[in-house]
Amino acid sequence: MNDTATKHPEGEDLLVIGGGIAGMTAAIEAAEAGCRVVLVEKSPSLGGRVAAVNQYFPKLCPPACGLEINYKRIKNNPAIQVLTMAEVENVTGEPGDYTVSVRIAPRYVTEACTLCGDCTDACKVEIPDPFNFGLSKTKAAGMVHKGAFPAQYVIHREACPDNCRSCEAACQYGAVHLAQQVERRTFHVAAVVAATGWAPYDAAKLDNLGYGKTPDVVTNVIMERLASPDGPTGGKILRPSDGKAPSRVAFVQCAGSRDENHLPYCSAVCCPASLKQATYVREQHPDAEVTIFYIDIRTLGRLEDFYSKVAKDEKIRLVKGKVAKVSGDAGTGGVTVEVEDVMGGRKLTETFDLVVLATGIVPQTDGLPEGFVLDEFNFIAQPAGRTGLYAAGCARRPEEVSATVQDGTGSALRAFQCVVRSAHHG
Amino acid sequence: MDKKTGVYICSGCSIGETLDMEALAKVAESEFKVPVCRTHNFLCGREGLGMIRKDLEEEGVSAVVIAGWSPRMKTEAFRFDPAMVQERVNLREHVVWSHADGGEDVQMLAEDYLRMGIVKANKSEPLQPVAEEISKRILVVGGGVTGVTSALEAAAAGYEVTLVEKQDQLGGFVGTLSRRFPKDPPYTELNLEGIADKIQEALYHPKIQALTSARIKKIEGEPGRFNAVVETKSGDTEVKAGAVIMATGWKPYDASKLGHLGYGTSPDVVTNVEFEKMAGEGPVVRPSDGKPVESVLFVQCAGSRDENHLPYCSSVCCMATLKHAAYIRSRNPDAKVYIIYKDMRTPGQYEKFYMKTQDHALNFLTKGEVAAVEAGGNGKVTVQVKDTLIGRDMAVEADLVVLATGMVPNAADGEAIRALEDAKIKATTGESENQKAEAAKTVEALKHHEGTAILNLTYRQGPDLPVLAHGFPDSNFVCFPYETRRTGIYAAGTVRAPMDSVHAEEDALGAAMKAIQSVELASRGEAVHPRSRDLSFPEFFLQRCTQCKRCTEECPFGALDEDEKGTPKPNPYRCRRCGVCMGACPERIVSFKNYSVDMIASMIKAIEVPDEDEEKPRVLVFMCENDAYPSLDIAGLHRKEINPYVRVIPLRCLGSMNIVWIADALSRGIDGVMLVGCKYGDDYQCHFAKGSELADRRLENVKETLDRLRLESERIQLTQLAINEYDKLPSLIETFMKRIDELGPNPYKGF
Repeated sequence: MNDTATKHPEGEDLLVIGGGIAGMTAAIEAAEAGCRVVLVEKSPSLGGRVAAVNQYFPKLCPPACGLEINYKRIKNNPAIQVLTMAEVENVTGEPGDYTVSVRIAPRYVTEACTLCGDCTDACKVEIPDPFNFGLSKTKAAGMVHKGAFPAQYVIHREACPDNCRSCEAACQYGAVHLAQQVERRTFHVAAVVAATGWAPYDAAKLDNLGYGKTPDVVTNVIMERLASPDGPTGGKILRPSDGKAPSRVAFVQCAGSRDENHLPYCSAVCCPASLKQATYVREQHPDAEVTIFYIDIRTLGRLEDFYSKVAKDEKIRLVKGKVAKVSGDAGTGGVTVEVEDVMGGRKLTETFDLVVLATGIVPQTDGLPEGFVLDEFNFIAQPAGRTGLYAAGCARRPEEVSATVQDGTGSALRAFQCVVRSAHHG
Repeated sequence: MDKKTGVYICSGCSIGETLDMEALAKVAESEFKVPVCRTHNFLCGREGLGMIRKDLEEEGVSAVVIAGWSPRMKTEAFRFDPAMVQERVNLREHVVWSHADGGEDVQMLAEDYLRMGIVKANKSEPLQPVAEEISKRILVVGGGVTGVTSALEAAAAGYEVTLVEKQDQLGGFVGTLSRRFPKDPPYTELNLEGIADKIQEALYHPKIQALTSARIKKIEGEPGRFNAVVETKSGDTEVKAGAVIMATGWKPYDASKLGHLGYGTSPDVVTNVEFEKMAGEGPVVRPSDGKPVESVLFVQCAGSRDENHLPYCSSVCCMATLKHAAYIRSRNPDAKVYIIYKDMRTPGQYEKFYMKTQDHALNFLTKGEVAAVEAGGNGKVTVQVKDTLIGRDMAVEADLVVLATGMVPNAADGEAIRALEDAKIKATTGESENQKAEAAKTVEALKHHEGTAILNLTYRQGPDLPVLAHGFPDSNFVCFPYETRRTGIYAAGTVRAPMDSVHAEEDALGAAMKAIQSVELASRGEAVHPRSRDLSFPEFFLQRCTQCKRCTEECPFGALDEDEKGTPKPNPYRCRRCGVCMGACPERIVSFKNYSVDMIASMIKAIEVPDEDEEKPRVLVFMCENDAYPSLDIAGLHRKEINPYVRVIPLRCLGSMNIVWIADALSRGIDGVMLVGCKYGDDYQCHFAKGSELADRRLENVKETLDRLRLESERIQLTQLAINEYDKLPSLIETFMKRIDELGPNPYKGF
C-alpha cells in the first residue's frame, strides 16, 4: 500500500467472489500488494474448475503445480481470509464503501480436522463423487480430493440417514460438529471482484450428440477426470460402458458453442483442450486413432505451436466439418458419428469407441448481487470508468487459464485503486 | 543471541500407535539435549498450539521443531513470527501414513527425521528482514496503448510513474486507429472509443512524467532501487524507480518477405497496416490509379502460421480483417469482399462480429490456400486460391488485395546479446585457434542481435529480458503469465504475446499490479512469487570466492552481477531465494540463515547408517519442495506404502543441490542418492526455470567423485516428476531401491 493510503477503516479492503483460479489470483495478488482480502468460495475447497483438470495446454503440466504455489501464498499470508461453502447474499453501498453479507453453509467439520480419515471409515453412506462428476463413489464424510485446500474434510449431510452420527462419534479430535448451523457474516470493503467462473454447457441439451443416451459419449470435462491419476479410473482412459481401452476416439468440437440454438459465442478453450486430450489418448494407447471434427481450429498466439506439434502425429486426424449426429450403435457397441467433411465435400459416417464432446463455457453469474451488469450471454460486462464492482475470468469472457490469471491480476489492481481512493477520501 | 529450541512431537493421527513415542522423545532429550521437548496427542489442536505459544512467551523458546503433520498442513494455525527458526518433521504423511505396519525400520525412519529436523533448527538462525529506503516509482517503457494504460492505472493507485516513449508522441499504433474491435455488448459494432483522452490524461497527470522522443540508455540496480538513464532531446534524465513495465509493443511482419503473396508485384497489394492507414485517411481507392475500390480480397495468415515466416498465430488478424471489411462496407455498400483464411479465429464474444460479417451477401469467406497473386487485366489483381470450401480452385479478380500480416514483438533477446558480446571477446582472446574459430562462428550466428537492446539493463546476463519462443519475453507458465526472469520487470501487451488492444489494456493492468506488488514486497524485504514473502537472503562469504562465476552464470533471475575479476555482486531484491547459487558454488560460500550447504550436510550426517550386516540400506532422496515433496504427501494421504529405507530432504529447488552433499552421503555409507525434481526442457515445470536442469548438469561432475570413491554411477539418479504423479512415486523409489540392492552395500559403511 502506498504510504499515503491507510486501510479501509472498518474492516477488510476487498472481497472476491469465487475461489477458482481467477478469484484466487485476484485475492493473492491484491494481498501481496498490501490489501486485506476476503475470498468467498461456495464449494468446500479452492481451485474451481482447474482443480479437476489433468493437465494444462500447451505444456501438459498439472494444474496442481501452480495451485500448490498459490495455496502456499495463501497459507503464508495472514491478509487473506478464505471462506469456503460461502456465498455472497447481498452487496449494498457504493465504491469504496460496500457492505457485503455472506452466508456460510455448515461444513459439519471444523478446522480441528486432521485428515486422519476416521470419519470416512465410520461413514456408511456412499454418494456419487461430485469431484468425478458421479463417475465414482465417495463417502458422505471425506475430503473433496487429496490435494484439496483448505485441507479439511466435509460431510455431505444431505445424503446422511436420519439420526446417523457415526462420523461424529468416530472423530477423536472433536472436529465433526453435526449441529453446525448456517452462519452469516458481514464485511465492509472498498471493492468487490466477481470471479464466479463457468460451468460446462449442459450436454444433455445437445439432442443430436448422443450424450446421456450412450455411456461412451462423454464431455471434455469428464475426459479430464478420466485422465487424472486421482480420477474415477485412476487416470486410465477407458470406455465407460465396458472399461475397455478405446482404439478409435473422436472429438466433436463446438458442441454447443458457435451455435445460435445453444451458445452463439466461441468458448475459446475447446480447440486447444481437445488437442491436449488427443495427446492423453495417444500417450496411453499408442495404437489408438484420434479424429477431431472441427469448424475452425482456434489456437491463438503461441498455442499454434501446440497445434502444429499435435497435428504432426499421424494418428491424429483433423476433419473440418460440423458433426450432425452422434448415436450409439447397439450392434457393435460403438458410437457412430455423422459429419459433413467440408473439404472432402462428402458425408462421412464413422464408428468410434469413445466420443468426446467439446462442450463450452457457460458463465456462472446467476444470483450475483445487484450492481453487476450482464451481457446477452450472461457474461459480466466490465463497467466503464472507475467503480467498485469488477469481474474477472470466465465470468466475464470465455478464456484459457493464462488469460484468466492475467485478468485476475488486472482486477486486483482495479480493486486496489478503489481501496486507495476510499482511503484518500473516506 | 542463543537459541532455545523446543521440540514438539504429536502422537495423534496414529503416530503414537505406530511409533515408540518415548524412544522418539529420547532422541531429542538425550541425543540433542534440547531444553524443551513435549509430546501431545493432538498437537495441531487449540491446546497443542497454546502449549507452544506459552513456551514461546513464558519459557523463552525461540526456535521450534514440530514433529507431526506435513509442513504443508495447518500452516495458517502455526504461523509464528516469520523470522523465527521453525522446522517441521513430517512424521505423519512421510512416516506413519506411508508405512502402515510400523516396526523397527519405521521407528528408525522417524528418529532419523527427527534428528535431521533438530539439526537443521540448531544450525538455523532467525531471519533479519532487509528493509531499506526504496523508490516506488514505476518506470514504463513504451508509450503505446499498453504503456499509457499501465501508467494511468499505476498512477490511479497512487504511484508515481515515468513513461518513456521513443516517438515524439504517445499512443503508438492504437493511437492511429479510427475504429477498434467491438468491446461491449452486443459485440456487433466497432468500438469508436480511441485513446486520445487517455493520452491527454497521461500527459497532464500530476503523477506521470511522460518523456517522448526518449529512449532508455541504461537501467542499473534492482527492484526498489533501479537507476535509469533516459536520453531525451533535452539531454539525459536520471530516473529512480522501483519496478519496470516493458510495453514496447510490436511491429508488422516485414511484407517484403511476402513476395509469394504478391507483395511488391502491384501497388494494389497492400498490408493490413497500410490499409488501416488508407482507410483512416480517406476513401478507399486503388493505390495504383486512385480508382474507387469495388472488390477487395483479404489474405489471412500472411506470414503467420507459416514455418518459413512466423510459426505462431498473430491472434488479431482475423478480427482486423473483419473490421476492415466493415470499413469497406461502410464506404461502398456494393463492394465485394473476399476473405481467404486457414481458420477464422474469433474467440469468445468476437464470434458475434464474425457472424455479422458472414451474414452480408457480398462478403465471401472461405478456407483456402493462396497459390498466386499476380497483376491481372483491367488494372486488377488476380488471386489463385486452392483447396477452397466450394471444393475447387478458383481465381478471384480484385481491385485491392490486403495481406493480413502479423505481429512481431519489439523485444530484444538479452541472453543472445550477452552471448554475442562474450563471443566477440573470445574470438580475439580465445585460448586456442580452435576456440577463436568457434567464437567467430557464434558471432556470425548472433550478429543480428547487435544494437538491438531496448532496456539496456546493466545485468551480467544481458541487457534485456530473456525471451521464450519466437522472440517474445513471455512467461513459460500457464498459471503465472507475468513471471519474467528478471524480478521487478514485467512485460505487457503485444511485446509479451500477440493480442488486440482490448486485451493489451487489460494486460497493462495486470503488469501494473505486479509492478506495484514488487515494490511493496521489496519495501518490506520480502520475496516475490513463488517464494512470496520469504524474508531470507543469500549471504556470500566472498573472502573464499574463487571467481569461478558459476553462480553469476546460473542464477535463473540474473540476480548476480560481477566485478572485473568475476566476484559476484549480489542484488538482494532481484533474488527469488531459490538457492541455485548455493547449489552452484564449489566453495560453499553461499548460505541463507535458514538454508545452507552446511545445514543439509549436517542433516545427512544425522542419518544413522546401519552396518552392512544389518542389511538395511539407506538411500537419500533430495526432493523439490514445490512439487515432488507435496506429491509424496499426497501419496501418504492415499496411504501408499513407501520404502522405509529412504530419507527425504526437501530442497527449495533441485537447483540448490550442491554436489558436495552427494559426496558426503556416499562417504558416510549411504547406498544411493535419488533426486526428484520438476520436468525440464522446453516445457519446463521448474518454478525457478532451470533448477532441475542445472541439478542434472551438476550430476555430470559427480562422476568424478564416484570414480574417486570407486562407486558405481548407478547409485545416483535424477528423476523428473510432475506433482500429480504421486501414484508413480512409490514404485519409482522401489525401482531405485532394487537397483541399489543389486549393486550391493556401499563399502564405506562404518567409516
